[in-house]
Amino acid sequence: MKLLTLNFLTCAIKTCKSAPSSFPLHPRDASLEVIETDLNLPFLKNILPRLMWDELRVITSELGLPDLPPTPPTREDLVVAAEDAAVEGEESEEEASQTAKDLHRVLLETTVKEGKLVCGNCGHEYKVLEGVPNFLLPGHLV
Amino acid sequence: MLPTPSTSHVCFDRVYEPAEDSFLLLDTLSSSSEAAFLQERFSNAQSTPPLVLEVGVGSGVVLAFTAANAKRILGRQDVLTIGTDINSFACQAAAQTIRTAITEHGHGKTISLDVVNGDLASCLRPQSVDVFIFNPPYVPADLPDFARHERYNGLPDGDRKTTFEQDSYLLELSYAGGEEGMVVTNRMLEQIPEILSTDRGVAYVLLCAQNKPEAVKQGIRQWGTGWMAETVGSSGKQAGWEKLQIVRIWKEQA
Ligand SMILES: C[S@@+](CC[C@H](N)C(=O)[O-])C[C@H]1O[C@@H](n2cnc3c(N)ncnc32)[C@H](O)[C@@H]1O
Ligand SMILES: [Zn+2]
Repeated sequence: MKLLTLNFLTCAIKTCKSAPSSFPLHPRDASLEVIETDLNLPFLKNILPRLMWDELRVITSELGLPDLPPTPPTREDLVVAAEDAAVEGEESEEEASQTAKDLHRVLLETTVKEGKLVCGNCGHEYKVLEGVPNFLLPGHLV
Repeated sequence: MLPTPSTSHVCFDRVYEPAEDSFLLLDTLSSSSEAAFLQERFSNAQSTPPLVLEVGVGSGVVLAFTAANAKRILGRQDVLTIGTDINSFACQAAAQTIRTAITEHGHGKTISLDVVNGDLASCLRPQSVDVFIFNPPYVPADLPDFARHERYNGLPDGDRKTTFEQDSYLLELSYAGGEEGMVVTNRMLEQIPEILSTDRGVAYVLLCAQNKPEAVKQGIRQWGTGWMAETVGSSGKQAGWEKLQIVRIWKEQA
């Protein structure tokens, strides 16, 4: 499970949804795996406003990953400034900066393989098995 | 014709095999009228990437198709997809279908998040979904006995194979919809106003004739001011009745 997925998930228990502490879910006893994928710069730039940055920082720090900066990067931060980029006459594609590469690594390449996701409100633990989180509750199935 | 994603790796003994309903969804989403509707909402290249959620992904054929053809359907490549299914075997199968389709036809550009094992959209953050897709268990037939779910939702301890009873249970989950085939769909419809993004959310839900689609659409229009429900795709005309149809649900801004 990619860390970016956690940006969109919350506790499945109905009464938790209105409680601010039900988001983000907290990874616990997680074994991580890095799965490399191609970096998509337009995507990274556009996703910035959708990222819950403070919550993302909580997740990365709980996982013991390198600290994310206190404020989210800007679109410009994700691109190597034009004068530094090699200009070879023809129209060159924008080049991803180190900030973009780090963000890509955290959001899309770092995955939880096994472990739990814990709700900060009710304490319910959701298991992650072979990369698939299980949000089924006994109460759902009636 | 856009290519249909490959599902040759999926074992259809316990995961729903793409059928007429699945293909109606593919055809409707890629029809020129729906593409026009969706592109008007989403193709602005500077807006944030839309999140596409499919509940009940099964083999993953519909979400994989949407992901691989995001440019043709939504007018942009930087789309996020997420899926859920109650059947954990379907989750594993769909994840692979989506991965393959994106690499083979989607130029690796769409961002596929994960396929989550869960009930409907209960684990999604409120107001986060921009495009919602659901091909529900819609057949009027008794719901299976969920007391067996935990035991049947994975491989039995130490076993490599599922049992026949287990497979039948998992397939029942994919088609049996309870009274009028609407028990699961009604539970899902209730969640839709909560999960859709307020400014641009839109939902596609498949219904069959026994679901009383006209009454279902009427009910949706009574959710409140601005709520719309229209049939935007259909197949299998029988004596003037559509056997299957896709209803688009959205809220007009005041
Ligand atoms: C008719 S099949 C559709 C499969 C696939 N989307 C397609 O179009 O080929 C319905 C799917 O919904 C899943 N399902 C049934 N009840 C569900 C629930 N409560 N939550 C999530 N998924 C569910 C089934 O496991 C099955 O995969
Ligand atoms: Zn909770």
